[in-house]
Amino acid sequence: MNIELTSADRAFRDEVRTFLGTSLPPDIKRRVENGLELGREDYASWHRILYEKGWVAPAWPVDHGGTGWTPMQRYLYDEESAAASAPRIMPFGVNMVGPVIFTFGSAAQKARYLPRILSGEDWWCQGYSEPGAGSDLASLRTRAVRDGDVYVVNGQKTWTTSAHWADQIFCLVRTDPDAAKPQQGISFLLIDMQSPGIEVKPIITIDGGHEVNDVFFEDVRVPVENLVGEENRGWTYAKFLLSFERAGIADVGRSKKQLAGLKRIAAAELSDGRPLSEDDRFREKIAALEIDLLALEYTELRALSRQNAGEEPGTEANILKIRGTEIQQRITELTLEAVGSYANPYVPEALKDGWNEEPIGPEYAAGAAPRYFNWRKASIYGGSNEIQKGIVAKLVLEL
Amino acid sequence: MDLSYSEDQTLLAESIARFIQNDYDFETRSRIAGSDLGFDPAAWKQFAALGWLGIPFSEEAGGLGADAVAVMILMEQFGRGLVVEPYVPSILLGGGLIAAAGTEAHRSRYLGDLIAGRIQLAFGHGEPGGRYALAHVATRAEARAGGFTLTGRKAVVHNAAAADFIIVSARSDGEVRAPEGISLFVVPRGSSGLGLRPYRTIDGLRAAEVELDGVEVGEDALLGEVGGAYPTVEAVTDRAVAAVCAEAVGVMDLLRETTLEYLKTRQQFGRPLGTFQVLQHRSVDMLIACEEARSLALMATLNLDRTSPERRRAVSAAKAHIGTAGRKVGQEAVQLHGGMGVTDELKVGHYFKRLTMIDTFFGDSAHHLDRFAGHV
Repeated sequence: MNIELTSADRAFRDEVRTFLGTSLPPDIKRRVENGLELGREDYASWHRILYEKGWVAPAWPVDHGGTGWTPMQRYLYDEESAAASAPRIMPFGVNMVGPVIFTFGSAAQKARYLPRILSGEDWWCQGYSEPGAGSDLASLRTRAVRDGDVYVVNGQKTWTTSAHWADQIFCLVRTDPDAAKPQQGISFLLIDMQSPGIEVKPIITIDGGHEVNDVFFEDVRVPVENLVGEENRGWTYAKFLLSFERAGIADVGRSKKQLAGLKRIAAAELSDGRPLSEDDRFREKIAALEIDLLALEYTELRALSRQNAGEEPGTEANILKIRGTEIQQRITELTLEAVGSYANPYVPEALKDGWNEEPIGPEYAAGAAPRYFNWRKASIYGGSNEIQKGIVAKLVLEL
Repeated sequence: MDLSYSEDQTLLAESIARFIQNDYDFETRSRIAGSDLGFDPAAWKQFAALGWLGIPFSEEAGGLGADAVAVMILMEQFGRGLVVEPYVPSILLGGGLIAAAGTEAHRSRYLGDLIAGRIQLAFGHGEPGGRYALAHVATRAEARAGGFTLTGRKAVVHNAAAADFIIVSARSDGEVRAPEGISLFVVPRGSSGLGLRPYRTIDGLRAAEVELDGVEVGEDALLGEVGGAYPTVEAVTDRAVAAVCAEAVGVMDLLRETTLEYLKTRQQFGRPLGTFQVLQHRSVDMLIACEEARSLALMATLNLDRTSPERRRAVSAAKAHIGTAGRKVGQEAVQLHGGMGVTDELKVGHYFKRLTMIDTFFGDSAHHLDRFAGHV
């Protein structure tokens, strides 16, 4: 047992830090640092830089373009990226559909899709949830009916993040409505977003932002070679996808960065003529949050040590998701509290690129309320925290 | 970085777990806790024979020279067994202070006997009205020819009545809460003017109020420099706090496992309680609390050898969190056991009481939250 990083890991961290220091475009860094919105082009240009460096898909097998890093190195990379205010890499291609394709896909699918995921040429989105299938995902009803060498797809997906930016969508569709169990009649299809019959409609969230969409399918014709693996086995692939990219689910590095930002705001805000950071009650709230984050960090580090020793990742990911998102939400909540009444002005343009008017209130206040409202999503997406608890109760506690 | 146990560490954990399983079941523990002495001298001899009493001491002092992780492993298992033997007051506090502040003469005089299980120690530090302020020492040490005269009162001194020597903090200089001016003295229990009012604690341990009414000790009773003991007291109590955090992890895990077992077997409304979603989710909350407590106890332990600000923050983070998480797990364990949870018969209540009292050991959750934030 040893708390110090090995010299190899320290050298790795320094290498990552140096790369980020020289390669992250200052404008993107500034926007992330100040909680401003990023456009598709911002994400895409950082994706390209990482691709050229060979670092865009650390968790992939080396044969497919991965880095061969250890779980600890991947953790350090995530932590350094967050500390440097690098944007996140959109997960839908690299972390989600990519692993499904290189594990279950045909040779043709691998050759066609994987290079374009790595290069950022294809943007992906995820067609899972439906209006009637949220937590109960297996009740999904979007139909795919075989007609010669195509599937004809009809139905609706929802909460589809980045559908308005995406070139491709991976979808869970029902191919056998008469299967004995709902999980058994589902297939995993790759669909070109340019296909006739697809319509994307924005969903505006309570922060006023546009991240998610409804996606409608009307007689969309999908070549059968776009089926991943076997027909009616899609649920298996979907579960694999959920279990694949577990590292980083707690997002400790990003929360550390956000917490540091909260502390800066608390030091700048005045309460009774003194910095809010010196107010006993507020200080105590921040201290408790910081300790929670330490507990999360060490829970993740313990899991990493087990993985480095060769153990398969277990269900700790569910716990990390629950606590990780609770802590993220708590940071947004205390940040909202810290900015006080300047949480009120609603000027969405102030968060967008190119806005250069005088801010209303302190500059850091503009994003606080939208971020708080937006981040309520975290305990709902990716399997709500209640679903996560159900999984832990079943698989770990065997209740 | 590697946060998994080495082979030796796994073996140590297994040997202690085996002792608990074979020689220290809950009935045995209850009998020992209810005995006149409050612990089992035979078990203590066994600890000595197994080398456990020497874990934190250097090989020169006759110990094993193991690191803090070994103490953590031991204390976690002691927590699981709800062991009442005075390892923390005698070995970690008493022995820890002598090892850290004593001269070569002190170490050879006391540590060999301590590690062999021939003597018991205690640490009289906290005082009535001092709450958890570590520098609160009103007890006076007046220099006199050939030694010192000690006058004052110490509160809730664990293991005092069984101790052959009580290490007492006393002030020769400075204000009551000043870190400067505090000294440590080794006081034989039979000293004239030393009055003990022993009692049982709510969690089955033994402690006493200690009155020092002009107790005279020789110059050789002084541990370390006159007036300079505070950093030692802080470092040694930080080690003890990290150790009780590990003990709390063992207590919490045992409570959680026992409660889970109960939920799987207890039938109501024609089915096991564990099939109700509200209880499933609460069980998961208990699991999360236990995992986080384990993570922080480990973090505290691994920071004990670091410099003071880092050590202090790490230890206080763990103690603050475990105070709160322990309360939650203890209360939930009782609640989920229903009426049986509040009976003396079940072990749940006894573990709950120990967990609750751990929070009062050298600073509760609120105290350590403040200390973590840098304001103590």
